[in-house]
Amino acid sequence: MAEKLKPAERLKIPRHPMPAQDPVERRSNFSEVALGYTPEMAMEEAQRCLECKKPHCIDGCPVGIDIPAFIVEVREGRFDKALEIIKQTNTLPAICGRVCPQEDQCEQVCVVGNKYKPVAIGRLERFVADIELTGGTVSMPAAAEKTGYKVAIIGSGPAGLACAAELARMGHDVTIFEALHKPGGVLVYGIPEFRLPKSIVQYEIDNLKKMGVEIRCNYVIGKIATVRELMEEWGYDAVFIGTGAGLPYFMGIPGENYIGVLSANEFLTRVNLMKGYNFPEYDTPVQVGRRVAVVGSGNVAMDCLRTAMRLGSEHVICLYRRTRAESPARLEELEHAEEEGIDFRWLTSPVEVLGNDDGMVTGVRVIKMELGEPDASGRRRPVPIEGSEYEIEVDEVIMAIGQGPNPLVTQTTEGLELNRWGNIVADEETMATSIPGVFAGGDIVTGAATVILAMGAGKKAACGIDGFLRKKREAVPGASAAAV
Amino acid sequence: MATLISKETIAPQFTRYVLECEPIARKHRAGQFVMVLIHDHGERIPLTIADSDAEAGTITLVVQAVGKTTMEMELLEPGAEIQVAGPLGTPTHVERVGTCVCIGGGAGIAPLYPIAKAMKNAENHIISILGGRTKELVIMREEMEAVSDEMIYTTDDGSFGRKGLVTHALNDLIEERGKPDMVIAIGPAIMMKFVAEMTRPHEIPTIVSLNSIMIDGTGMCGGCRVGLGTETKFVCVDGPEFDGHKVDFDLLMKRQRTFVEQEEEARRRFEEQHRCRAMEGAEVS
Ligand SMILES: Cc1cc2nc3c(=O)[nH]c(=O)nc-3n(C[C@H](O)[C@H](O)[C@H](O)COP(=O)(O)OP(=O)(O)OC[C@H]3O[C@@H](n4cnc5c(N)ncnc54)[C@H](O)[C@@H]3O)c2cc1C
Ligand SMILES: Cc1cc2nc3c(=O)[nH]c(=O)nc-3n(C[C@H](O)[C@H](O)[C@H](O)COP(=O)(O)OP(=O)(O)OC[C@H]3O[C@@H](n4cnc5c(N)ncnc54)[C@H](O)[C@@H]3O)c2cc1C
Ligand code: FES
Repeated sequence: MAEKLKPAERLKIPRHPMPAQDPVERRSNFSEVALGYTPEMAMEEAQRCLECKKPHCIDGCPVGIDIPAFIVEVREGRFDKALEIIKQTNTLPAICGRVCPQEDQCEQVCVVGNKYKPVAIGRLERFVADIELTGGTVSMPAAAEKTGYKVAIIGSGPAGLACAAELARMGHDVTIFEALHKPGGVLVYGIPEFRLPKSIVQYEIDNLKKMGVEIRCNYVIGKIATVRELMEEWGYDAVFIGTGAGLPYFMGIPGENYIGVLSANEFLTRVNLMKGYNFPEYDTPVQVGRRVAVVGSGNVAMDCLRTAMRLGSEHVICLYRRTRAESPARLEELEHAEEEGIDFRWLTSPVEVLGNDDGMVTGVRVIKMELGEPDASGRRRPVPIEGSEYEIEVDEVIMAIGQGPNPLVTQTTEGLELNRWGNIVADEETMATSIPGVFAGGDIVTGAATVILAMGAGKKAACGIDGFLRKKREAVPGASAAAV
Repeated sequence: MATLISKETIAPQFTRYVLECEPIARKHRAGQFVMVLIHDHGERIPLTIADSDAEAGTITLVVQAVGKTTMEMELLEPGAEIQVAGPLGTPTHVERVGTCVCIGGGAGIAPLYPIAKAMKNAENHIISILGGRTKELVIMREEMEAVSDEMIYTTDDGSFGRKGLVTHALNDLIEERGKPDMVIAIGPAIMMKFVAEMTRPHEIPTIVSLNSIMIDGTGMCGGCRVGLGTETKFVCVDGPEFDGHKVDFDLLMKRQRTFVEQEEEARRRFEEQHRCRAMEGAEVS
């Protein structure tokens, strides 16, 4: 058992760095970059937690994981117990431990961080979750008695998966309808292997299936059936919409339809979902520019930059109209990208894509920006510097400037209230929409956000749906659905 | 998942596949397509639903083997399970307009058939102009005749119908009989372009169905985008049918060539492997 150190001694322990693949080596492979703590590292890092009486970290976590409690268990080497605590609130810890922006959440408010570096909560979460993946003993949550109610879930991203897991645990019959041929949403088609191994997502999906959740791929809701048809003809008592933010935005600048300009979604889907990096082993080709520009600087942009690098591009350039400080990417990804040799051009925005007679991209004309007055988001607004335009020679341009809601479901669901961006309006507590029995959560409600928020929303919606179904039962005196 | 019920060669390179997938059959409307993935390592490709039978729960695809995936499809045997998503795309706007000229070239006849059929059912007078390089490549003649009031055939080599292109036949038709109320043209991009050029001065409403390269087919990637007037549209969700007078065909044709080198390589590798396998088989027997 680890000896209990005094706070002053704990603060002396430096934050344990994350073991990672060597930057030069990893630039040409798709294996995971961050390698994870060893048990010794984890137990030592856990010592750094001060076990605050009023822990801020719990409030900083979008799903309120009891962080100090699980860290104590790690310190004592009781990893299974630690996992149990995390799983009470987080359905997908191996995934969140890898992709959460911890520096903006739990770690941002960690008291240790006031003077030293915060406790590496995310890395500890990942460590604990990985124990399960590598054969730890974790009991499947016992499912409640079958209720006989059927719930349809549209979309198999983190929102849909979390919602399905909760509902199955509550005893409802759950079917997930997924438009693509593989479940997982962005976790599968968007986030690359080197950041989130697909075997982890598959493990979670297999678990769901073991819990009795049915997953039907290749079902594009809005086309093969509308939400109303799911309820009126297909026999579902409630529906959860978790269709994400899958509609790619383009900039609307000249030259954007040249061959070699693609959305981040197209690029990443070809590579991740269709395994284009293995062409011709896999049939889907992917364009690999010799010199590639990626527009944007969020997680999506980082994934494109680093993927292009791994596919063999010689020079990979990031164009972002603000500065590094405003970059919305996870800090770890930004640092990793810098280590891998990405050419970051801050305060630079494209104004035109240049091409030749064959319609192929030959370059991009950019303009330099400076930061002006703060805008509505509180960030200083980038303004173009007149006369600062210049051209960069590239043969591929990838647009990673954001995504909106895909309208396939929303436009075919009459009576569904949307906001002016086309996102679904849902109750914050129950995730209920304007249509009784129809719930929604994740990026389709919030706009492009994070895995943990989507997962949290899926979970909340499951409670909302359960409440709705209970009421439904009460409304039919003496009848339980199972008896019907 | 869909199960292959039957396949039949209907012309050199052309195969008709009947698949069992009840929910799609029930929902299908003219003008829609499916995304097909034949195995784990495969590519998702768009194919029009050429026909459907809601009662039998089947859909029909008519496919021209032009590259790796469509050639590999020919090797599927009845009973095979493949992944099929759909019905995708915006259905044809079917209404009674009067006289409707339906022009199909090559593999475009397959997607044209369900539209012609729907227009016929809406009590339009259907004049079909079907063209191909040579007689046996003018496919689905029987089906098209059944839904057309008049038929005109053209072949490049004059082996069937009149010698020449479908646009020649259209030109004569307009000159002799005045302008029809509507033209629907589906075929190679270059054919659709020339049909649209021909109908533009006459202001004949002209619908074309575009075959841009697709990946998801659900509006998620933008790879299928085309220029439409001053706008950019996604063929898989906004189309595949568009106002032919607004489509930027030159851009479409350029974008279709995005992967020519890779497609060529994939086809060559496939043919080599396949030939080897065929030869091995021959040696054993
Ligand atoms: C490249 C990339 C990197 C990212 N990196 C991070 C990160 O590091 N950390 C982080 O926290 N967040 C990250 N995000 C954001 C995060 O992935 C999303 O916020 C999250 O996945 C949203 O979950 P969701 O369940 O709402 O939707 P999604 O994950 O988008 O899943 C929606 C699913 O619904 C399906 N669907 C859509 N329409 C239909 C329909 N009509 N019928 C049936 N199915 C349908 C889609 O195919 C998809 O599978 C990243 C996003 C991207 C694109
Ligand atoms: C909405 C839509 C409906 C379609 N319906 C049919 C149909 O009913 N029957 C049919 O035979 N074909 C149809 N196509 C075309 C079909 O999708 C392509 O022939 C197929 O993708 C070629 O794949 P491949 O791997 O065999 O050939 P590849 O090696 O990928 O390509 C071979 C040749 O086909 C062209 N090509 C590649 N991809 C496409 C594409 N997506 N669309 C058009 N040409 C392409 C290339 O320019 C190349 O010259 C349709 C296309 C679209 C977009
Ligand atoms: S095929 Fe991806 S958006 Fe149309």
